[in-house]
Amino acid sequence: MGLLEIENLHLRLNGSHILNGLDLDLWEGHVHAVVGPNGAGKSTLASTIMGLEGYRHYTGEMRFEGTSLADLGVDERARLGMTLGWQEPARFEGLKVPEFVRLAARDKRDNAVRDVMAHTGLDPDRYWDRAADKTLSGGERKKLELASIVAMQPRLVMLDEPDSGIDVESLARIGEAIRLLKDGGATVVLITHSAEVLDWAEHAFLMCCGRILDKGSIEKISPYFKDRCIPCDHPNRPTISEGGLS
Amino acid sequence: MTTSTDLFEVAKIHKDVSDPDVAHLAIGLNKVVSSNGVKGLEIQTEEQADGVDIAITVAEGAVIAKPVHMCFGLLQEEGIQKINLRLVVEPRARIGVTAHCVFPNAEDVQHLMDADIRIAEGADYAYFERHIHSPEGGITVVPKAAIHLEPGARFKTDFELIEGRVGSIDIDYEVTCEADTRMEMNAAVSGRGDDHIQIREVGHLVGEDSRGVLLSRVAVRDDAVAEIYNELTASAAGARGHVDCKEIVQGNASANAVPVVKVNHPKAHITHEAALGSVDSRQLETLMARGLSEDEATEVIINGLLRFG
Repeated sequence: MGLLEIENLHLRLNGSHILNGLDLDLWEGHVHAVVGPNGAGKSTLASTIMGLEGYRHYTGEMRFEGTSLADLGVDERARLGMTLGWQEPARFEGLKVPEFVRLAARDKRDNAVRDVMAHTGLDPDRYWDRAADKTLSGGERKKLELASIVAMQPRLVMLDEPDSGIDVESLARIGEAIRLLKDGGATVVLITHSAEVLDWAEHAFLMCCGRILDKGSIEKISPYFKDRCIPCDHPNRPTISEGGLS
Repeated sequence: MTTSTDLFEVAKIHKDVSDPDVAHLAIGLNKVVSSNGVKGLEIQTEEQADGVDIAITVAEGAVIAKPVHMCFGLLQEEGIQKINLRLVVEPRARIGVTAHCVFPNAEDVQHLMDADIRIAEGADYAYFERHIHSPEGGITVVPKAAIHLEPGARFKTDFELIEGRVGSIDIDYEVTCEADTRMEMNAAVSGRGDDHIQIREVGHLVGEDSRGVLLSRVAVRDDAVAEIYNELTASAAGARGHVDCKEIVQGNASANAVPVVKVNHPKAHITHEAALGSVDSRQLETLMARGLSEDEATEVIINGLLRFG
């Protein structure tokens, strides 16, 4: 049994079929990547797995360690051990950086919070008194979100475009944090367009038109990804006719 | 009879006011129950039938190193407390005041404050007012202040009412800022039940290169009502200002914000932003995705909104 099993997942948003009979099985303890062109449904998949507002009216099956996610809210899924890092993390007025990290942390002691901040590129001496609000840059917020996820010690982490807004130096830190999550036993799913991020993964899923077309090693999947699937000659690629996907 | 011990205990400032280098003034209903002065600070009081008149002068050039604590309140369920305050911060003096307004048992209490404040040339006055009310909300609070900043003066005020029920509050502050002044007025109020919150903050940037910020943070839940009026006028070259109002509305509560900005000089500039509505869904889902329940996440977001600095 995989950590997360998805069968025949369908989701429509504003009349469009975004997830279209998707099947997915995640092996525990690995770093996976979900790659595919813009509009493939990658972020929608993450939002649906997490149970965000507007993404709950799916059909099909999603099970986390055998438990159906159908009737569970976001917080209940998180308490099972799942979490999501957004492409554009939220700002929090009135919360200091360490307070935000501590909110989700299993170990809430100062030293533990400082360690997590340091591992994710937020020097505790510089960021201890900083607010988690709009005074942080996009890259800093990205690191802060990752720090809160590392502190949470989840079983399954989905990171949507973990490199967006990140400079080259910080990118290496984020790679380290992902390794840290894996070493702690977490299963990581990277939703990405970046070849560098793909290199952090051990296994990839190729997604297009709301389906997983293929899966396998990075070497196997990356040629399709590098071409952005356009033109794509993958044998499983659905054809789009006037009547929709086939 | 409300004693100083009662007031200090509720305000949790025993340790602060036991320091002989910390000036303080404590007023229980219409009695001065404790006071301590320090060099450079003159405090005169006159007890009235329903309150106390206070005159405070900070001497020219005096720097009051430690924050002055003022404690107003009463422990009885009923009563009226009127405070008339005349404060002068003389040229180049500097003072910080923390006012604790404590009404932990109020059922039918009125706390009326009328302040006339002059901050002279180059002087600096920071004022933090924190209210502690009863859970019943049986109180009406009406703080009014007219503040005048002479050239080069600085003034910052933080008003906080997030502990206990608001009851009814009607804040009315008006500041006039001469040249090269810096003014910042912040208000954070949390209302529940049938609380009624009314805030009127007005700033006049009449001097060249004066600066002003009006910032309001309000959370209303249940059937509470909030009406916020922020007005900032810039009438001189180089005057700059910003008005910022954010309100979170939950349940059957309602909020109304009116930011008014006026510019009467071609080299003046004022910006404003206002946001009213429910808790931000992205913030909420981020916290819930870390395992907080919806109620816990909402509380974190509201408490954050109501915190300054």
